[in-house]
Amino acid sequence: MFFTQVLNGLQLGSIYALVALGYTMVYGIILLLNFAHGDIIMVGAYVSWLVMAQLGLPPVLAIILSVAACTLMGVLIDKVAYAPLRNAPRLSILITAIGVSYFLENGAQLVFGADAKVVPAYTELTTVQLGGLSLSFPSILTVLVTVVATVALTVVVQKTKLGKAMRAVSEDMGAARLMGINVNTTISFTFAVGSALAGIGAVLYAMAYTQANPTMGMMLGTKAFVAAVLGGIGSIPGAVVGGLLVGFAEVFVTAIGLSVWKDAVVFLLLIIVLVVRPTGIFGRTMNEKV
Amino acid sequence: MEEEVMTEKRPIISAGGGPRREGAARKTLPMPVRYAINAVVVLVLLVLGELMIDGGAINRYQSTVLEQVGIYIILAVSLNIATGYLGQLPLGHAGFMSMGAYGCSIFIIRMSEALGVGARDFVTGTPMALVLVLGGLVVGGVCAAVAGIVIGIPALRLKGDYLAIITLAFAEIIRVVMLNIDDVVGFDLTGGAAGLTGIPGYSSFLLVFGCVAVVCFLTHTMMKSRHGRAILAIRDNEIAAEASGVNTTYYKTLAFVVSAFFAGVAGGLYAGCVGVLQPAVFGFMKSIEILVMVVLGGMGSMLGSALSATVLTILPEALRAFSEYRMIAYAIVLILVMIFRPQGLLGSYDFSLSRIIERVMNRDFPWARRAEKDEPAAKEVSADA
Repeated sequence: MFFTQVLNGLQLGSIYALVALGYTMVYGIILLLNFAHGDIIMVGAYVSWLVMAQLGLPPVLAIILSVAACTLMGVLIDKVAYAPLRNAPRLSILITAIGVSYFLENGAQLVFGADAKVVPAYTELTTVQLGGLSLSFPSILTVLVTVVATVALTVVVQKTKLGKAMRAVSEDMGAARLMGINVNTTISFTFAVGSALAGIGAVLYAMAYTQANPTMGMMLGTKAFVAAVLGGIGSIPGAVVGGLLVGFAEVFVTAIGLSVWKDAVVFLLLIIVLVVRPTGIFGRTMNEKV
Repeated sequence: MEEEVMTEKRPIISAGGGPRREGAARKTLPMPVRYAINAVVVLVLLVLGELMIDGGAINRYQSTVLEQVGIYIILAVSLNIATGYLGQLPLGHAGFMSMGAYGCSIFIIRMSEALGVGARDFVTGTPMALVLVLGGLVVGGVCAAVAGIVIGIPALRLKGDYLAIITLAFAEIIRVVMLNIDDVVGFDLTGGAAGLTGIPGYSSFLLVFGCVAVVCFLTHTMMKSRHGRAILAIRDNEIAAEASGVNTTYYKTLAFVVSAFFAGVAGGLYAGCVGVLQPAVFGFMKSIEILVMVVLGGMGSMLGSALSATVLTILPEALRAFSEYRMIAYAIVLILVMIFRPQGLLGSYDFSLSRIIERVMNRDFPWARRAEKDEPAAKEVSADA
């Protein structure tokens, strides 16, 4: 019982962490709170449903196409909606992001209808026996995938040339441009990586909750953002820790029988952390230049 | 001396603004006359509207839509205080609205039970019912203002996006609390998910638009006072404002709380208009809807907020048949406006009847100005263009 709950917390937390990583990366590089990020997950879940339930293709293809669709979506949104506003006031970009999110949700509602679609199971294996414990296979898979994705992301950011460019742009866009870094490519790459992670998150989410609906991205996205802020926005380990924290908090509140309050608890957690540490757990304090 | 000050009147939000043309020959209206003219115009419009409703020129359905328009005008104007004037981005305006709606309707339901005021009295408008309704609106406003203080003090320590997300978080908490508070207190307070019913239909054209007039007047006078200038200074540059001796924490909280109070009043009117309150109505979407009105009209323009609130409330009613496309249109319009006109449709332009009358008194017409434009001395065009 206890292990099941811990595993549930890990699973939910891992999904939040993957989504939070996308928020953190985009925020780190262009200081944009990408409201549409949660809705990218919704798109990914619908693609999975389309491929498996409508076209009857194998799950592997569904996973690949979901991740690819999310990646493309993220880059496209950046090019169409955010790129023209690169030098506009922050408020304008933020409201554009809200507009994009609104557009995706209502577009999905128009195309697929308001009711939830059932995403078929990706795998037939539901439980694994481990030393007398019967553990849910999707949960274990979720945790493993998240660990691999986080490690891969860290390697990309720390070791590759593009990762170096990303860090440079997030530190000082103007100076990075002067050093010969192609800022626009770097930003696109960031959106691509963040959205690909969201795509993986979408598959894992659909695996856990087996459904897709137009507004699923909103709560998931908001909570993942909470996770990113909790951990300290802009920080990769922060996003993971924040995601796990939010996941565990939710599972714990549900386990003690107060599931109707779980949203309130998560948001309360955010408020408390922000009041005590305005930059989050792993956040750096930034000095404001006058 | 008084006259000197008067000549300096200009749209509240014009940043800087060059000096008026030299020569004190410009005729101006004294302040009481300005107020009197505006009060008369508002009264005439109110009486005209009421007469049209009584006379049957506006039917029951149309007058309900009109009430909604008034309610959204109050919501947009109040959000504009925090967004357009203070320059913050609260995403939880619906939370304040719901505090006001629940506070007001619970107060009115309980008090009318205690005082024996029947539902009919609210329709006919007995003095007792009127006092109850006005009291209820104030109670609703105060509930929202208290929520505003509770949210504002931690939220306003944070900047920009953090503030946006923390207000969103608070609005969600308010929604969850409204949904589940009955189980905690042990009796029926908000009615949970099923909703709060039995709210007397006390909102009327006169009440709603009376409130609109009062809210606009109070907002306008506040923004023209030195408190308003302090708020605008914070928007333009917080660090510079603080360095110039503006108590930024105080004024940010003040603007935030005033904004919340008016949203609460609008919530109270909303409750009396629809008759049933459900927590789900006051979700994130409602906050966004109000924000869209403000952004579309022009952040910092009261006229812009009021106009876009009017259009965006009437349009969906007129386009009921295409309701699923309306949301997409909303989103696309929002994105396009931000890309092509980030300052909103009206920018920070605001309408002033007195300014127009003064122009006429001075024979200072746009076509006359255009001729003057060649002269280097005519600087004023830029400010009002």
